[in-house]
Amino acid sequence: MRAPDPLDVKRHRLSTRLWHWTNVVAFFCMVMSGLMIFNAHPRLYWGKYGANFDHAWLEIKGANGVGMLRVGDLKVETTGVLGAWKDSAGAIRYNAFPGWATIPSSYNLSDARLWHLFFAWVLALGLLFYLVRSFWNRHAQRDLAPTREELKPAHLWQDVKDHARLRFPTGEAAARYNILQKLAYGSVLFVMLPLMILTGLCLSPGTNAWAGWLVELFGGRQSARSIHFIVMWGLLGFFLVHIAMVVLAGPINEIRSMITGRYRIRPDPRSKPAPHPTDNKDEAHAAS
Amino acid sequence: MLLPETDRRTLLVGGTAGLLLAGCDKINQSPTARSIFSLAEDANYRSQRLIGRNALATEYDEKHLSPVFRPNGSRMPDSPDYQRHLASGFSAWSLAVDGLVERPLRLTMDALLKLPQRTQITRHDCVEGWSAIGKWTGPRLASLLDLARLKQQARFIVFHCADVEGGRPYYESVDLVDAFHPQTILAHRLNGQPLPVQNGAPIRLRVERQLGYKQAKFVMRIEARERLDDLFGGKGGMWEDRANYQWYAGI
Repeated sequence: MRAPDPLDVKRHRLSTRLWHWTNVVAFFCMVMSGLMIFNAHPRLYWGKYGANFDHAWLEIKGANGVGMLRVGDLKVETTGVLGAWKDSAGAIRYNAFPGWATIPSSYNLSDARLWHLFFAWVLALGLLFYLVRSFWNRHAQRDLAPTREELKPAHLWQDVKDHARLRFPTGEAAARYNILQKLAYGSVLFVMLPLMILTGLCLSPGTNAWAGWLVELFGGRQSARSIHFIVMWGLLGFFLVHIAMVVLAGPINEIRSMITGRYRIRPDPRSKPAPHPTDNKDEAHAAS
Repeated sequence: MLLPETDRRTLLVGGTAGLLLAGCDKINQSPTARSIFSLAEDANYRSQRLIGRNALATEYDEKHLSPVFRPNGSRMPDSPDYQRHLASGFSAWSLAVDGLVERPLRLTMDALLKLPQRTQITRHDCVEGWSAIGKWTGPRLASLLDLARLKQQARFIVFHCADVEGGRPYYESVDLVDAFHPQTILAHRLNGQPLPVQNGAPIRLRVERQLGYKQAKFVMRIEARERLDDLFGGKGGMWEDRANYQWYAGI
């Protein structure tokens, strides 16, 4: 008896794929130009105001060849990475984030703003179109919303264990999002990206005039700036886990599926008959 | 000799990242890319004017005042003219209002004090990211412009300052929406005290819906103009000319 054949399915729509790669570019331009903007004043505060004479809950400093990160009362020496680092010419620099992490690579606040304020539109409009479309064609309700069954602790725990053992879904289950994926994507789409956009808008004195309530909702402009910074790390964390999962789940297949839309499903080894009759294979391909 | 696997991988990853970074710096220098990116400034200006044309900046209570209002930029203009006025307590100083106006003015500090005064506790947001809350008092810019009567062609109000930064005279400009905005004042008091030199004595502009570099200090002359591209570097402000900061700084 021969093993069941792998099956190609159409996994991602063109709009999803275009949006995904636009976001890759926009996200990195936003993070790196944002880190440069942070370098202009590497201190974070809670509340409505905050400047050099006020207490900063986070600060990156550098002097005399030593870089330092302070969070609350915790001080960590970060020489070489934060606060004091060598540029490509070997000269020591005292900016908070190093040149390899920022756009542009050497200190320039106005250029960083040029990038940041442009890609902010790309990211925000992209998310808006994606969300409207995803609710309209029911992608969000159908594929992203967790079911009651999936949210049961036993199911969640099973999925966590499967992920930890790198046991990835096969067969038909691989064509759908599992609960951990749904929660991860949901937190990015409905929580973190909207938070980034809203806290970013709160930093604008113009927006502040017509949406003062929004600034107050976040606890004031400097709180909004702190939240903007913290959620950025949340998104970077998502990115790292996302890349790790792509690599573990088969990078070629995964990346191809996000470029061409086609995804190859490994058949479920437990099911004796192939999910689709082999004599219908061509039709399955054509229909997918 | 072949490099060990990990070294090759490090080189590959490091090399790719390096190329991407160099690419970003190249894009940053490209006039085409820059002109595309700066479409966002236009979009921000238009959308802010569309949504919040007459919106008022948040005003705070006394209890929200920053304990120390941080000064920034020039703290002491060194021109002999300014120094003379400073020494005499600005008693012989006057503010010029000219350009595209029907009636050019010279207003002494007494004349400015006789105009209706507005006091507002507002937040000052520097482009660098910090904020400070202060209480400002002064006449509305609109009162001065009404006295001088703008000519039809006037589209911008320019503020000429006494300080020089990097060899360039400081100046700034706003459109007429911001010029006539009820919270746009020429402040001569900060937190109930005469405006300190480091914060822009004798008067500074408060244009509350824009960032700090628009809040021109040491204002000596106010000029109504039809265009900005024939003045100094042509971008409407010292920081705009010198380092490409956005002219519309509402974001």
